[in-house]
Amino acid sequence: MSKNTAISRPAGYQTPWEKIRPYVYILPAMFFLAVFVIYPLFDVVVRSFQKWNLITEPTWVGWENYAYNFRRKEFTDAILHTIIYAVFVVGVGLSLSTLFAVWLSKNTFLNNLTRNIMFMPHVIALLSVAMVWAWIMNKDNGLLNMVLNFFGLPSLKWVDSSDTAMMSVIIVALWKAIGYNTMLIYAAIQNVPAELYEAADLDNAGSVKKFFKITLPMISPQMFMLLITATTGSFRVFDTIRVMTRGGPGTSTQVLVYYIYKQAFILQGKVGYAFAAAVVLMLMIGVLTIAYFRILSKRVHYQ
Amino acid sequence: MKKRITVGSVISAILKLLLIVIFIFPFYWMIITGFKTYQETIAFPPSLWPQSLQWENFTKVWNSGPYLTYLWNSVLVSVGTLVLQTLVMIPAAYAFAKFEFKGRGFLFGIVMVAFMIPQQVTFISIFNMMSSLGWLKTLWPQIIPHAANAFGIFLLRQNFKQIPDELLESARLDNAGEFQILMKVMLPMGKATLVSILMLSFISTWNDYFWPFIMASNTNVYPLTMGIAALRDVEGAYDWEIIMAGNVILVVPIILVYALFHKRIVRAFAYSGIK
Repeated sequence: MSKNTAISRPAGYQTPWEKIRPYVYILPAMFFLAVFVIYPLFDVVVRSFQKWNLITEPTWVGWENYAYNFRRKEFTDAILHTIIYAVFVVGVGLSLSTLFAVWLSKNTFLNNLTRNIMFMPHVIALLSVAMVWAWIMNKDNGLLNMVLNFFGLPSLKWVDSSDTAMMSVIIVALWKAIGYNTMLIYAAIQNVPAELYEAADLDNAGSVKKFFKITLPMISPQMFMLLITATTGSFRVFDTIRVMTRGGPGTSTQVLVYYIYKQAFILQGKVGYAFAAAVVLMLMIGVLTIAYFRILSKRVHYQ
Repeated sequence: MKKRITVGSVISAILKLLLIVIFIFPFYWMIITGFKTYQETIAFPPSLWPQSLQWENFTKVWNSGPYLTYLWNSVLVSVGTLVLQTLVMIPAAYAFAKFEFKGRGFLFGIVMVAFMIPQQVTFISIFNMMSSLGWLKTLWPQIIPHAANAFGIFLLRQNFKQIPDELLESARLDNAGEFQILMKVMLPMGKATLVSILMLSFISTWNDYFWPFIMASNTNVYPLTMGIAALRDVEGAYDWEIIMAGNVILVVPIILVYALFHKRIVRAFAYSGIK
């Protein structure tokens, strides 16, 4: 082709092929993103205003699907459960992970081993994690109740009681996520320049003070990212709920994604309600992400 | 400095060992339950080692459904997704990193938006799309919607951007075509990132339950996760030793890979979570 002319032609001149070349390179990616992400997003929004049974032509019903959802306690409860779940998984999860990351921050054999083993649940299917914990938390023959009994404590019904089901699901989520979060925070701590701590040592600063004055501000960008990904991740919970509780007992652990799934696939002909609920979930994730960026970005210390 | 054994350091070490036990014991429990008899799983006090190894639990799992098909489907979906993502991701990341073109900012913005939109919001629309294409009885709905890995494009672009333009220019002066530049300059330097992205992609596809749960409409297209989940969807009482044996089949390959490559895997996850 015209390779040799590349040197002699005027600066800035591009052959037609060179002009379209970058578009050709990104075309497959943009095509798949448009078809499987952007279009479905618009489709969800449009269909949330329609009544549709998946067979006959959909009819426009305005805000009716939203009104229907918000009239139902099952839906507002699903929002509430999603928020409770996220608050505990993110709040307790990140606090414990930060504690562990600082505690295990020195590069010793035992610390490395502990971190690597804590990380293991992250690479395992959430399905399997949920199943093994469903077995451990089994109300009749589960290991956890045997341990409780051994210490003279009464058995709990775990996922089989609406009082403890949500707590059980949260415990499983924490067990799965803590090692990953700890590893990320640990990696961030490793990048804090050692001179900062040496300077603080000269001032005889205590370790708590060093944590809040040096470590935390220096790792705040990573903490910030982790906060966003952990929260939006919690909003998407499905596998553990489906395997351990199916939203129950009653609707005590029904989260938004499970509600959407149920309206769309189990209760025939209610797909409009599912679309409206999906838009609500999307807005929750969107608003939260924007809020995080606006409120927290002022406090985040970027190097 | 001399190492001193203090009361504090002993307590700290004991707590760390306790932490290790908390995180390793469920795996151990899964594996040994998979080797027990039904009577032994419900015995009190529980045994920490099976009285005899019940290998037939695994045969029972294997014979309770077309598990070879499930396994094969898992391999096809995971590898197919990986190959497709690689082909789509590399040229896109290259263009976004190294070319000036109109609309680049906007188009890259779409990639970032795509990264933020969870499939738990859009799955009904994609399901309907797959249904009207008549693809629901094939493996395509588990592969094609994941063809563009937005996060992967983002990470690989970051990596490609760090490669100096001078290297590309000198290759062009040597009459190297763009394909050669990609293969000989960009990819060798982006290899570590690419391998990390593909490793994460493989693990998440292999482990995925939500997506096949929505998209796999019959057992011919079930991946392994769906097959294992089906062990518990039977009516009546569960046989936990069978369920755990099934999970061992799903989990042990990944645990072995993790034991061998944990440094690399951890770095891949940690890197992708931070940058």
